[in-house]
Amino acid sequence: MSNILIYPIIVPLLMAMVLVFLRDRIKLQQWLTVISLLISIGISIYTVYYVATEQILVLELGGWSAPYGIVLVGDLLAVILVAVASFVTLMCLLYGFQSIDTGHKKHFVYPMILILLTGVNGSFLTGDIFNLFVFFEVMLIASYVLIALGGKKIQLRESIKYVLINVIASTLFVIATAYLYAATGTLNMAHLSERIALAGQDGLLTAISFLYLTVFGLKSGLLLFFWLPGSYSAPPAPIAALFAALLTKVGAYTVIRTFTLLFYHKPEITHTVMLWMAAITMILGALGAVSHWEIKKILSYNVIISIGFILFGVAVGTEQSLSGSFYYLIHDMLSKALIFIVGGAIINIFGTDKLKEFSGLILFRPLLGWLFFIGMLALAGVPPLSGFVGKVMILQGAISASELTVSIIGLITSLMVLYSILKIFIHSFWGETLMSEGQEYSTGKHALLPGTILVVCIAAMGIGAEWVNTYVAQATEVMVNPNLYIEAVFKQISP
Amino acid sequence: METFMIIISGILFTIATYLILNKNFLRIVLGLTIFSHATHMMLMAINGLKRGAAPLLGENAEAYTDPIPQALILTSIVISFALTALLLVLGYRTYIELGTDNMKKLRGESHE
Repeated sequence: MSNILIYPIIVPLLMAMVLVFLRDRIKLQQWLTVISLLISIGISIYTVYYVATEQILVLELGGWSAPYGIVLVGDLLAVILVAVASFVTLMCLLYGFQSIDTGHKKHFVYPMILILLTGVNGSFLTGDIFNLFVFFEVMLIASYVLIALGGKKIQLRESIKYVLINVIASTLFVIATAYLYAATGTLNMAHLSERIALAGQDGLLTAISFLYLTVFGLKSGLLLFFWLPGSYSAPPAPIAALFAALLTKVGAYTVIRTFTLLFYHKPEITHTVMLWMAAITMILGALGAVSHWEIKKILSYNVIISIGFILFGVAVGTEQSLSGSFYYLIHDMLSKALIFIVGGAIINIFGTDKLKEFSGLILFRPLLGWLFFIGMLALAGVPPLSGFVGKVMILQGAISASELTVSIIGLITSLMVLYSILKIFIHSFWGETLMSEGQEYSTGKHALLPGTILVVCIAAMGIGAEWVNTYVAQATEVMVNPNLYIEAVFKQISP
Repeated sequence: METFMIIISGILFTIATYLILNKNFLRIVLGLTIFSHATHMMLMAINGLKRGAAPLLGENAEAYTDPIPQALILTSIVISFALTALLLVLGYRTYIELGTDNMKKLRGESHE
C-alpha cells in the first residue's frame, strides 16, 4: 500500500522522459501530459482519502529501513499539497495548451513542466533533508529552463539573476545540512526530530535553524524576495502562473515542516524572528503591490504578501494559526493560479501589461471580468470565498497568542492587496471600451475554462470550509505533535 | 588535519565571496564554483576525515569511516557541475543577445 507514495513522483518523471522523444508531435504530447497529470491527481486524491481514514504512509525506498535509507513520508500535510499541486499544474496547462507559442512547445516545455512537478511533489513527500535538497534542485533546474525558454532579452536577463540567487541559496542549503549532520549525525527528518528533542536545541542547533530559515526564505520569498518580482514577470503567463502557484509554496512548506518538526524547541528565538520577517515581508510586499502599474509586477508582489501571511501563521505557532496557515496555503495555490491565468489573459488581449493603457474590457469579455473579480475577492479574504476562512483562523490564533501588532499589519496588508488588485480591475474592465472584436491581440478565451474550474474550487473551499477543515485539522495534529510523524516513520523498528 | 582543511575552506569561501560580488558574469560563475568546492571541503572536514577502515563488513575493523558525507558530496558535485554548465550557456546566450556580461548593465530598463 505504501508504494502508492512513489506514483506522484514517478509518473510525471517517466512521462517527461517519454515526451522528450515525441518532440514534433505536439498534440500527442498534450494528451500524454493530461493523462499523466490525471493519473497523479487520481492517485494523490485516493492517497489523501487513505491517509485521512487509516494512517500516515511511509515508503522505505530500496527496502532500507529508516533512518539508514531514504523514506518518503505521506502525512496529510504532504499528500494534500501533492494533490493540489498536481491539480494546479493541470489547470495552468489547460490554459497553456492554447496560449503558449509553438516555439515553446517544440522546445520541451511540457517535459520541463512535468519535471518541475516531479520536483515539487518529491519535496512535499520526502522524509530526508538531503533528499529534500535534491528534489529542490530537480524543481529549480526545470524552473531555470522554463524561465529562460524563448530567449527574449528580458527572460535572459531575469533568468541569470534567478539562477545565480538560487545557486547561492542551494549551496547554503548544503552548508546548513553539513552542519546539521555534523551536529546530530543523521539526515532523516524523523530521526533528526527525535535527536534534537533528546539533546535539547542548544545554541548551535538554533544557529543552524537560522541558516535554514535564510535558505528557505530565499526560496520562498520570505523577506529575501528581491529577486521574485523581476523573475516572475519574465516567462509567459501560464508558466508564471505555475511558478506563482507552486515554487514559493514549496519554500513555505519546507519552513512549516522544519520549524514544526525539527526546530520547535526555542520558539521565543526562532519564531519571533520569523514573525518579524513575515511582518516586514507583508509590509514591503504591500508597498510594492500598491506602487506598481504593471499587472505582472502587482501580481508578483501579491505572491510575496501571501507568503508573509502564511509564515505569520507558522511563526505564531498555535494549533489554530497553524491550521489557518495550511488552509491559506492551499487557498493561495488555487487563487494565485487563477489570478495569474486571468491576468495573463488580460495582458494577452491588450498586448501590454501597462495598466494605464487598458480600458473597458467588461463589455468585451464579461466572463473574464467576473472570474478576475471573484479571484480578487478571494485573495483579499472576503467571505464566503476560501481566503476568508484561512485569514480568520490565522488571525484568531495570533490574537489569542496576543500578537496584536503583526495581526494589525496583516489586516492592513489585506486591504492593500484588495486595493492593488482592484486597481487592475478598474483599469482593465471599467471605463470606455476602446476595442472591438478583431482588434485584440489574443482572444483570451483559453483562460475561461481553467479560470472557471478554479473559481468553483475556491468557492467550494470557502462554502465547504467545515468539510475541508476536518482534513486540515487532522494535518495540523501532526504539526503540533511531531511524535505522530516520528512514530509513523519508525513503526517498523519498534512496533 | 581537520583544522587545516577548515582553514583552507575558509580561505576558499573568502575568495568565492569576493568573486561573487564582482560585476563580471564569468567571475561570478567562477566564484560559485569555488563556493561549492569550499562547501564540499567543509562538509568533509567537519564530519571527520579518515576515522577508521572503509565501511565494508569484510574489513572487520574496530571503527569505520562514515560514508555519508562522501555520498552527499558526490551528489552535490554532480548538481553543481550541471548548474555551472547551465550558467555558462545562459551567460553566453545573454552575451550574444544583450551584448554585455556586466551585471550592472543587466538591471533592466523601464521602457522595455
